[in-house]
Amino acid sequence: MTENSSTKTTTSRRGAIRTLAGAAAGAATMPLWARYTHAQSAEPIRIGFQVHRTGIGAAYGRWYDRTTQAAVELINEGGGINGRPVEIVAEDDGTDPKRGAEVVEKFANQHGCDIGFGTLFSHVVIGSAPRAGELKLPYFVVSEGHHVASGMLNRYTLQPGITDVKSQVQAMAPYVTRNLGKKVTMVFPDFAFGHDHRDFFTEAVKREGGEVLAHIAIPPAETSFTKYFPKIPRETEVLYHVMVGPAVLTFVKELGEFFGPQRPEMFGFIDSLEAVAMDSPGLEYLDGTYFWEGMPRHVQADQSDHDKFYREAVGVDNRGASVSDPTDISTYAHMFGCWETLHVVKEAMETAGYAGPGDRAALVEAVEAMTDMPHSRSHPQGAKVFNGKTHQVFGHQYISRVEDGRLVKVHTTSIEDTFYPDEVDYTKRAL
Amino acid sequence: MDFGPYILLASLEGAVTAAVLALTAVGLSLVFGVMRVVNIAHGEFFMLGAVIAWWVAQSMGGHPAVGFAAALVIAPLAVAAIAVAADMTILKRLDYDPERTIVATIGLLYIIQQVTLMTYGPDARPVEAPFDTRLAIPWIERGEGGWQLYWPWGLGTTSYKLAVIGAAVAVLIGVWLLMSRTRIGLVMRATQMDRDMALAFAIPVEKVYALVFGLGAGLAALGAVLIVPIQQAHYLMGADPLLLSFIVVIIGGLGSLPGTVLAAVFIGLSDGIISVFFSPTLAKILATLLVGMVLVFRPQGLFGSRTA
Amino acid sequence: MSATRRSLALHGGLIALLFALQFVLPDYHHGNLARIMVLASYAVGYNILFGYTGLLSLGHALFFAAGMYGMGLTIQHLGFTPAPALVAGLVTGIVVSAGLALLALRTSGVAFMIVTLMFAQAGYLTILYFGEYTRGDEGFVIQQAERVLWGIDLSDPTNRYFAALILFAICLMACLHLVQRPFGKTLVAIRENEERVRMLGYDTFAHKLGAMIVSGTISATAGAVYGLLFGYVGASFASVQYSIFPLLWVLLGGAGTVLGPFIGTLFMFYLIDFSSGITTAYMLIAGVALVVLTLFAPQGLTGELRRRLWRWLP
Repeated sequence: MTENSSTKTTTSRRGAIRTLAGAAAGAATMPLWARYTHAQSAEPIRIGFQVHRTGIGAAYGRWYDRTTQAAVELINEGGGINGRPVEIVAEDDGTDPKRGAEVVEKFANQHGCDIGFGTLFSHVVIGSAPRAGELKLPYFVVSEGHHVASGMLNRYTLQPGITDVKSQVQAMAPYVTRNLGKKVTMVFPDFAFGHDHRDFFTEAVKREGGEVLAHIAIPPAETSFTKYFPKIPRETEVLYHVMVGPAVLTFVKELGEFFGPQRPEMFGFIDSLEAVAMDSPGLEYLDGTYFWEGMPRHVQADQSDHDKFYREAVGVDNRGASVSDPTDISTYAHMFGCWETLHVVKEAMETAGYAGPGDRAALVEAVEAMTDMPHSRSHPQGAKVFNGKTHQVFGHQYISRVEDGRLVKVHTTSIEDTFYPDEVDYTKRAL
Repeated sequence: MDFGPYILLASLEGAVTAAVLALTAVGLSLVFGVMRVVNIAHGEFFMLGAVIAWWVAQSMGGHPAVGFAAALVIAPLAVAAIAVAADMTILKRLDYDPERTIVATIGLLYIIQQVTLMTYGPDARPVEAPFDTRLAIPWIERGEGGWQLYWPWGLGTTSYKLAVIGAAVAVLIGVWLLMSRTRIGLVMRATQMDRDMALAFAIPVEKVYALVFGLGAGLAALGAVLIVPIQQAHYLMGADPLLLSFIVVIIGGLGSLPGTVLAAVFIGLSDGIISVFFSPTLAKILATLLVGMVLVFRPQGLFGSRTA
Repeated sequence: MSATRRSLALHGGLIALLFALQFVLPDYHHGNLARIMVLASYAVGYNILFGYTGLLSLGHALFFAAGMYGMGLTIQHLGFTPAPALVAGLVTGIVVSAGLALLALRTSGVAFMIVTLMFAQAGYLTILYFGEYTRGDEGFVIQQAERVLWGIDLSDPTNRYFAALILFAICLMACLHLVQRPFGKTLVAIRENEERVRMLGYDTFAHKLGAMIVSGTISATAGAVYGLLFGYVGASFASVQYSIFPLLWVLLGGAGTVLGPFIGTLFMFYLIDFSSGITTAYMLIAGVALVVLTLFAPQGLTGELRRRLWRWLP
């Protein structure tokens, strides 16, 4: 456990590293061997990884952890950042906002981390980000929440590795209304995540000339859903569902039991079925239905080399399951966010010549200056565009159809489809 | 859906909830009634039942019915054994002091949850039902030729859900017979009525307590095994059953098993039926307040007697 | 030195110690202690009802959240500044605790537990239901600029520590004062044998009502201060686990002692913090610690201290 003892050594080394970092500012151009010359004498870059090890986020936390370790291994093999190896300091936040804030403090004040990273659940992000802002700790969240771009948070909180729910939902409306139907009924969990879907999708559908017939909000932690289904209007053409949590399999099963063979078209978000195998018993009902996928879980015919490399590095097979345990399905649509965020951090630290906590502000500015992120090993999910003002990245969204227990990609949105007007300009705030 | 069929559907769903809730709550009622202690880990025994059921079904290949039948026997026994061990090592040493038991069982809750997380993992996993056919249910309406049957869209249930209700009823009858017709039941009731007198009559109260604790946990686990093909096994699934079974036991009246069963039916059904009329979250708020108000105006519960 | 003087010295001494620590503690523990002091105030409030009056509530998160949202919503939607917002939080606490007391005090024992639990659950669901204003489970941030009290920026660590210390000192001393006065002693008597106290002519209902209002208001104030100092208001603080926490802290630290709540909160916080550094299964360690403690230190840490050494401890 590192107490503040490390601060004494970093102050004396900082001068040396600064000059070295200055020379290595164009590190991207240096050959591999040169990057190691300073590695041994260099203090590691400490990244505080706020992971949901326990609590309701635990299933995601596990895969976030594996992807993070894989990304860090890759980065360190390539010489680290500015010649310094990357060290992950992980702390469990129990998927609880209060503990999340405490963990952020621990990263900044006790572990001496350079940045904080990795939070997923929105309420934990919102609970922890204020503390990161006060401590001036660059806080890279991998949350999919719209909270960053909404302006609620602070200039030190950024989401450059994963797109947010507003852009995802909005981009689905054109495909749904054109291909599946114009009369939609939405079933969603009655908390913030569900409300975001409700609000953003209803708006987007209206723009496309469609109409949402009914909003069915299901209380949190509900375990049986049949009693809600009669509220679905008969004229529904498309059933839009985003149920999350352990009860999802029940939801699908009971949906099947309720509708039987005459069901409307169905469109869901793969959030419902992250870490669940598509060929699980009870999910046969989903055959022929559609899903939003953040990143196609099953290997597609047009698989890129980057996706192949990424799967191998993280240890998932062609079905998105762990190579060591085929029953362990990954949270493929989200975990890429960790990989991409860490690569963004690397790029920004190298651009800014990051040498230590004194350069945190420069690091934030370097990220804000980023725009195009091409499809590459660093960004295996696809090309992206980062909005420095809103601290949010935008990217391609994918729609897949379930065919015989496999997810087959049928549509890729353009990045422009996912844009919405800026709601904040963080660059105007002081650092 | 029309009103009649909708109510029927909600009632059927509520009946399944009520069935499992009755089993879990009766388990708690026994513990609460006989031992007078609050077991905050009761929900975790429920969860263990589901997780062990998954594990058993997993290890046995073949037809799901085989695995399920095995789980139905093994899981409650295994959980009962764990509960008896917990009682003999921890609760006995605390002298069954109510406050200390609360803290100890909170500790037990953390331990069980964490161990399950470390072994079974954080995912929710399904267990296949032994049989699961969809049954459409008819409804009657007045047509031109008098009363006729028709099959409303969406009105149906599954054979398994009906079986759950049946199984729960059978087990509850079994428990009632145990309590009222056997010697063991007599001993348990005696200990519940007056512990000191029971001791005076050379009843091994501590052994009875261990038995009751195990029986209570086993009943909860049995309820979980029944529900696990409908829901999934997840390491945090014990929280809701804990809350609900406490409500049921108190509303039904302390020490009254029939009261507990009736309260379970009342609460299981009302949850389903209220949501027909109101938005789900509002329905839950109203249901929760209703429970609170019942107790405010009738603190002994619906069937309890006004004693200490 | 009389018992009263000794307790005053001890408790005053603790506050002085906490004051002095502000200058020597490293940043991390400095921040922790600020949090612990606010949460300990919550526990002090809980202790008045549970430890002294003997009423076990499983719904105190309702009060904590009431204060927090009373403060947060007035800042967010009515544009209040921190001082009136804190008052709003306190008033909300009084109203909610009085309301609940009038209903719940018709019951006792286990029924009381369930009634408080039910109303707390309903409160939690209500926060979710009015998500348009409360932002539901996600909660909302109180920006740094809005947390400036009379020119003092509460997000600054030193200011925050002092604010927490002031809150804790007030709650601690109020509790000490309360238990040494007749009102407090009557509460203890009610805890031991309510029938007898009633026969002696005391209005036990009025006493219990007073205890519950004081308890709820202190908890609500702690909630309001917590939200203000740390900048986040969220529904998770109204969930059942935040009702279990003060029970746990008080039982561990010593129910029915003035210092117990603080000791318990401090202990649990650092137990979790230290063990999470050693293993990812830190909740296992916490669970084992709880079981062990309750087996061997049944009166809680301070309670044992009182039982074995310092019998004058209030």
